[in-house]
Amino acid sequence: MHELPQQLANGLILGAMYGLIAIGYTMVYGIVQLINFAHGEIFMVGGFGALTVYLILPAGFSLGAAIPLMILGGIVVSVAVATAAERFAYRPLRSAPRLAPLITAIGLSIVLQQLVWQFYPDAKKDHPFPQFKGEAISLFGANIQPGGIFLLIAAPVSMIILGFFVNKTRTGRGMQATAQDPDTAKLMGINTDRIIVTAFAIGAAFAAVAAVGYGLHNGQVGFRMGFILGLKAFTAAVLGGIGNIYGAMLGGLVLGVAEALATGYMADVPGMELFGGGSWKDVWAFALLIIVLLVRPQGLLGERVADRA
Amino acid sequence: MSRKPRQGKDPFVRHRSLLILTTVLTTGALTLTACGSRDDKGGDGDKGGKTKVVIGVDSPTSGDLSALGLGIRNSADLAAKTANKNNTVPGVEFVTQPLDDQGQPNVGQQNAAKFISDKDVIGVVGPLNSSVSQSMQKPLNDAKLTQISPANTGTELTQGDGWKTGDKKRQFATFFRTATTDQVQGAFAAKYLKETAKIDQVYLIDDQKTYGAGLAASFKDQFTKLGGKVVGTDHVNPDDRDFNAVVTKVKSSGAKAVYYGGEYPAAGPLSQQLKDSGNKIPLMGGDGIYSADFLKLNKKAEGDLATSVGKPVESLDSAKKFIADYKSAGYKEAYEAYGGGTYDAAWSIVEAVKIAVADNGGKVPSDLRTKVLGAMSKVKFDGVTGPVSYDEFGDTTNTMMTAYQVEGGAWKPKFSEAYKPQS
Repeated sequence: MHELPQQLANGLILGAMYGLIAIGYTMVYGIVQLINFAHGEIFMVGGFGALTVYLILPAGFSLGAAIPLMILGGIVVSVAVATAAERFAYRPLRSAPRLAPLITAIGLSIVLQQLVWQFYPDAKKDHPFPQFKGEAISLFGANIQPGGIFLLIAAPVSMIILGFFVNKTRTGRGMQATAQDPDTAKLMGINTDRIIVTAFAIGAAFAAVAAVGYGLHNGQVGFRMGFILGLKAFTAAVLGGIGNIYGAMLGGLVLGVAEALATGYMADVPGMELFGGGSWKDVWAFALLIIVLLVRPQGLLGERVADRA
Repeated sequence: MSRKPRQGKDPFVRHRSLLILTTVLTTGALTLTACGSRDDKGGDGDKGGKTKVVIGVDSPTSGDLSALGLGIRNSADLAAKTANKNNTVPGVEFVTQPLDDQGQPNVGQQNAAKFISDKDVIGVVGPLNSSVSQSMQKPLNDAKLTQISPANTGTELTQGDGWKTGDKKRQFATFFRTATTDQVQGAFAAKYLKETAKIDQVYLIDDQKTYGAGLAASFKDQFTKLGGKVVGTDHVNPDDRDFNAVVTKVKSSGAKAVYYGGEYPAAGPLSQQLKDSGNKIPLMGGDGIYSADFLKLNKKAEGDLATSVGKPVESLDSAKKFIADYKSAGYKEAYEAYGGGTYDAAWSIVEAVKIAVADNGGKVPSDLRTKVLGAMSKVKFDGVTGPVSYDEFGDTTNTMMTAYQVEGGAWKPKFSEAYKPQS
C-alpha cells in the first residue's frame, strides 16, 4: 500500500480533468435540460486551438510564457464552436421534443471529430503536444509531473472564479433564475437567450482549460480524445448531481480517484484477482455510479431540479 | 418583377434550419454516390491491349495507425508500378485499389466484400491488424481470393487456436503472410531481453486486442521457460492515454523492464509516463511500436526496445533498390515498418499471376482468381526482406527477426536472427 499517495495523486489529477469538463455538462443541463453530448468535442477542439497557438508562436518562446496564450487560444476556439453550435444546432430545436437536440448533439459530435480529422494538418493520428521540461516534483510521497500540477492548480482556481461569477454577478444570478424557471425569469426581464449562450460559453472555456491540461499531462492531443473523456465527464456530472457546479467537480474527483484505486488495488482484494487492473477500471467507475444513484438518485450534491414536465 | 430579398425576416428564419438540413443531406448523398461510382466502372478491362489486373490493398489509412497503413498502401502501389514498368507479366497491367479499414474489423469486412464483388481483383494485400484480418479471412476464402498480409502476426490466423498445444491446423487456404507469427516474435523478444539485455524481472502489459494479447502470451511463455520472472500483469484500454495508475503499480513491483503487447498510440504515452514516475526502466514491444511515431509521442523513449520482422530493410542489399525506388516515386509518407513486407506481399501476387499466365500458354486465364491461388504454393523469389516463399500453413518461411533499441532519438538495429522457438 506504500504507493497509495501516488495513486491518490494520479486519481486527483485525472479527476480534476473530469471535473473541469463536467462543468460544461452540468451548466448546460442545469439551464436547458440538454445533455450536450458534443461537449467532449468542444474539449477536443480546445486542445487543438491551444496547440495551434503554440505552433504559430516563434521558436524559442518558453512554454511557461506560452501557456496563458495557449489557454486563451483554446478558450477562443472552444467558445466559438460551442456558441455556434448553440446558435445553429440547438436553438432552432429548443421547442422540439427533448430527443431531437440529444440526437443533434451526437451528430454534431461526429461532425466535429471528422472536421478536425479532415482539415487540421497532421491530425489523422495523435499529435504531439508541448510538455514542460522539468522533472517530477515530490509531494507527500507522490511524484507529480508539471502537467499534473497545472491541472491541480487550474481546477480549484477555475472553481473559485466560477463560484464568484454565479453568485455575485448579475449575469450569474440571471443564470440561477433561468435554471429555476425560465419563463418567470423571462418575465422578470432576463434575456434568457443570452443566459443560455453564456452557459455554453462558460462550459466551453472550462473544457479548453481541461484540454490544455490534458495536452500538457499526456503529451499529445488527438481527434478522438473527446469521446471517452466526454462520457466520463458526463458520468462525473451525474455522480455529483447534474445541474450542480460543485457537484460536477466533486463527481470528477471521486470518479478519478475511484479509477486510480481500482487499477491499483482491486486485484489485491481476495477473490478479485481477475477483475483488477487498467482494463477493469471503467467497470468499477460505472459500478460506483450505479451504487451512488441507487442510494442518492439526485447525485452526491444533488441539485433540486425544478420539475417542469 | 424583382422580389425584394429578405423582405420580412420570417420566411428566411423559418427556412433556415430546413436549408441547413438539406445542405447536410445533399453533401452526405454526394459523398456516398462519389464513393459508389468510383468503384463500379469495371468496363475498361483492356488497356492498350493489356488485361487490367487489380490488387486490392486494405490498410488503415486514417486514424491512429495511419502512419503504418499509408506505408502499406504506397509500398503495394510501388510493387504494381514496378511490375508494369519491367513488363514482368507480358500482357498484364497491374493496378492497386487501396481501401481504408480504419483499423476496424467491420470496415475490413465491408472492404473484403467490395474486393470480392469486383471481378478484376485477383488478390488482396493487407490488412495491418490481426483483428481486422479475422473478419476478412472467411469471406475472401469463400470467394477463393488470395490474401497476403504484410503485418498480421497473430499465430492463430494461420495455425488455428490449437497452435499452443501443437495441434496446428491450416485455417484458410487463401490466407498467406510475409510477417512472422507472434509466437516467433514474442519468443524472440523474451530471449533477447533475458539473454542479451540480462533482465530477469518483467512487468507484462497488453491492450487486449488480438495482436497485443497474443504477443504478450508468447512472450510470457518463453520468458518463464528461460528462467525469467513475470512480476506483474496488467491490461489496458487501447484508447486510454493516462496510464499513471498502472505505472505506479509497475514501480512498486520491482520490474526491470516492461513488455507491452500493443501498438504505439498507447505505448508512447505509457512509456513516457513510466519514466515520468521516476522509474527508469525500458519498455519493450513488438513491431506495433516500431514506428517513428512512437518516438514523436514519447519524449523519453531513449533505451526502449522493439522487435520487428525481417532484417532492417536498410541493411539488406535486396532492399536498397526498394528504398531508392520508393524515394524516386515521390510518396509523401514513409514506408514505415511494413514497407518491405508489403512490397514482397504484392510481388508474390505478381509472381503468382506470372505463373498462372505462363501455365495458360501466355494468355491470361479466365478464372485468374483460382489460378493465382493455385500458384501461390509455387511462388519463390528473392524479395526486399529476403527469400520469399510460403509453408503449408501460408506462413512465411523466413523467420528472420531483429531487435531494435532507441538510441539518440532513433531506432537502431541491435541483433538479428532467424529464430526458431524451442518447443
